[in-house]
Amino acid sequence: MRIQRLQSEPQVKTKGDVIDVILLEPLLAKYQGKKGSLIPLLQGAQEIFGYIPREAFEKISKVSGIQLSDMYGVATFYSQFRLNPVGKHIIKVCHGTACHVQNADAISDAIKEALNVKDGETTEDRLFTLESVACLGCCSLAPVMMIGDEAYGKLTGASSVKIIKDIKIKDGNKN
Amino acid sequence: MAQTKVIVGLGSCGIAAGANKVYNKIKALKEADKLEFELKKTSCIGMCYREPLVEVIDETGSFIYGDVTEDKATEILQQHVIGLNPIKEYVVKTDLFDTPDKGYFEGQVKIALRNCGYIDPESIEEYEARDGYKAIKRIASDKIPYEAVIQTVLDSGLRGRGGGGFATGMKWRFARNNNSDDKYIICNADEGDPGAFMDRSLLEGDPHAVLEGMIIGGYAIGANHGVIYCRAEYPLAIKRLNIALEQARQRGYLGNNICGIEGFNLDIYVKEGAGAFVCGEETALMQSIEGKRGMPTKRPPFPAESGLWRKPSNINNVETFANIPYIVYNGAGSFNKYGTEKSKGTKVFALTGKIKHGGLVEVPMGITLKDVIYKLGGGIQNDKEFKAVQMGGPSGGCIPKHLADLQIDYDQVNATGAIMGSGGMVVMDETTCMVDIARFFLDFTQKESCGKCTFCRIGTKRMLEILTRITEGKGVESDIATLEELAVQIKDSTLCGLGQTAPNPVLTTIKYFRHEYEAHIRDKKCPALSCKTLLTYEIKPDKCTGCMVCGIKCPVKAIEGEKKKAHFIHQEQCIRCGDCYSRCKFEAITVS
Repeated sequence: MRIQRLQSEPQVKTKGDVIDVILLEPLLAKYQGKKGSLIPLLQGAQEIFGYIPREAFEKISKVSGIQLSDMYGVATFYSQFRLNPVGKHIIKVCHGTACHVQNADAISDAIKEALNVKDGETTEDRLFTLESVACLGCCSLAPVMMIGDEAYGKLTGASSVKIIKDIKIKDGNKN
Repeated sequence: MAQTKVIVGLGSCGIAAGANKVYNKIKALKEADKLEFELKKTSCIGMCYREPLVEVIDETGSFIYGDVTEDKATEILQQHVIGLNPIKEYVVKTDLFDTPDKGYFEGQVKIALRNCGYIDPESIEEYEARDGYKAIKRIASDKIPYEAVIQTVLDSGLRGRGGGGFATGMKWRFARNNNSDDKYIICNADEGDPGAFMDRSLLEGDPHAVLEGMIIGGYAIGANHGVIYCRAEYPLAIKRLNIALEQARQRGYLGNNICGIEGFNLDIYVKEGAGAFVCGEETALMQSIEGKRGMPTKRPPFPAESGLWRKPSNINNVETFANIPYIVYNGAGSFNKYGTEKSKGTKVFALTGKIKHGGLVEVPMGITLKDVIYKLGGGIQNDKEFKAVQMGGPSGGCIPKHLADLQIDYDQVNATGAIMGSGGMVVMDETTCMVDIARFFLDFTQKESCGKCTFCRIGTKRMLEILTRITEGKGVESDIATLEELAVQIKDSTLCGLGQTAPNPVLTTIKYFRHEYEAHIRDKKCPALSCKTLLTYEIKPDKCTGCMVCGIKCPVKAIEGEKKKAHFIHQEQCIRCGDCYSRCKFEAITVS
């Protein structure tokens, strides 16, 4: 189950978000003159910024000569690409078949309520982004969610919220 | 102890279950006490339900331990590796004595998965030690012409394992017959079906087998470029593929004049997908490699004539390629001795859902569904009633219990209205609502539709609306007929496999579980007690102890009652979240 392809409105940027397009230079040099490189370019840009900011679109278009409209078309087609900034931790709740029959909806609902966000949204403190994803491939541990690179299996609504709260407390202690 | 090997299974499932911690623990203990045993890594052994798995091989044989934790790992090291005394109760597989999990391996035949769990996927030497790259070497040394390779594959009866079931040898011949300076061999590793992870396990566990299959395929069709289109959600598979590619280049299995075959030049690279289910469709996949929106194109021209960059191309699935080296090295007979008349060889299935032993199994074609579920899978979780098995993901259908004696092959599965698909098998029990499952799959295909064909774009949306309405108790009598009509129109008027098969889950559930649809529409009841809005929660006054837990935790304060007195649920306020039901320790809450 993919997240919404088109997001309703771009989130308002905070002052801290300065996009440094110089960071794109090595990426652009790597794919210069290679055919069919739009998707790797966008993937690379997302790797750098966490999402694809408008400035990155414009820079890539200028250097590679690919039309902005084509780039937007591709970026909105594939669910991997994000056009809005994301939180520090991305919570991916699996909604594959195996997780669905083991009640993955309850996990999503519990997290939505606890964080007060909808699917694909980021919490106000920019700590968490909630996403629904298709199969993560850990079907035997269903229902599963993934935060960062860590997968958590055999969840219930309550245990998933507890995991998130623990991360929040841990993060709070560091600051 | 010096010869003892300790092997930790580090596939994605294993890592999610905590295998990295176990590996690090064993490593730390080994270093701290300067123990002299060999510590190694492997990938998925297939027993996902017992992850993390650790295998200990000593002088007497092999012992696989399941559900290993850091504490258990310490015990295993002390008692078995140092003390030479296997801990029998933790062992899940060995040839030396019976284990409760023995049934899981009986009846399995491993061809595609022949190396998974046996070798370190990051070591080309270990692959070579198990007959790896011998098939391509023999082609080179015996100067076997490409036509003979195609004939062997044709004779083996191998059919496309991605779901289509088209004869692989035939496909290769079409691609060979088109002359061009550039030809592409493409591996479809965009495994998008929810509930299927065969390809991921293969790529993580034995990447060289897939590469060798592609090299042989490239030789057979005369390709000089190779692409593996792998979904970005499989980072470990991509990492291991890139390691394998680099090793293969160094050993001369890729590059110019491969294995000394004059004029056979081929290089392969990995292309990461970006999360679009429709890209598993071959024409959409090629659009995506070209950096465009992954929308399918009309066929003909078929990829064999004009595919990637308008050049002749051949696309096969991961599992298909993994079978090739085995077939070419051991001969067609070694493969086609298994299976039924029209479906030869073995097939890998990902067994998931409400099954006791979920995991990856490889069985000969022609085995019955019943054997897979009860003998290998150990039956249904919590000993509930088996209801149906969903095969073929969102393009497939649900096969009901009364067809459990079905022999699994392409044609028999198709006859039920489901498809073989890539091999996902999701088992469902009495608590799974079939209308909800149909809605779930349609929700998936509707979101994944690329939007090119009107019937797929709008038709699936309308069907989804009807199904959602039914699950909410707002269905009307004519809904089933409308669903069937729309289904036929979508099948007839769409370009690619996604649209043509999207109505399958709805059609099969209507065919076999019409009574559930009718119960939702006429009686406003969900027989499986799964559709939330159709449920009623009530408290049995005689069982309620008045502990007040449910009342305090109720998110909408719909439960009223004093301490030590029976409580009561206000139905008009209840949102049917089921929280009280799961919290009550006295079974005082009923659901109907």
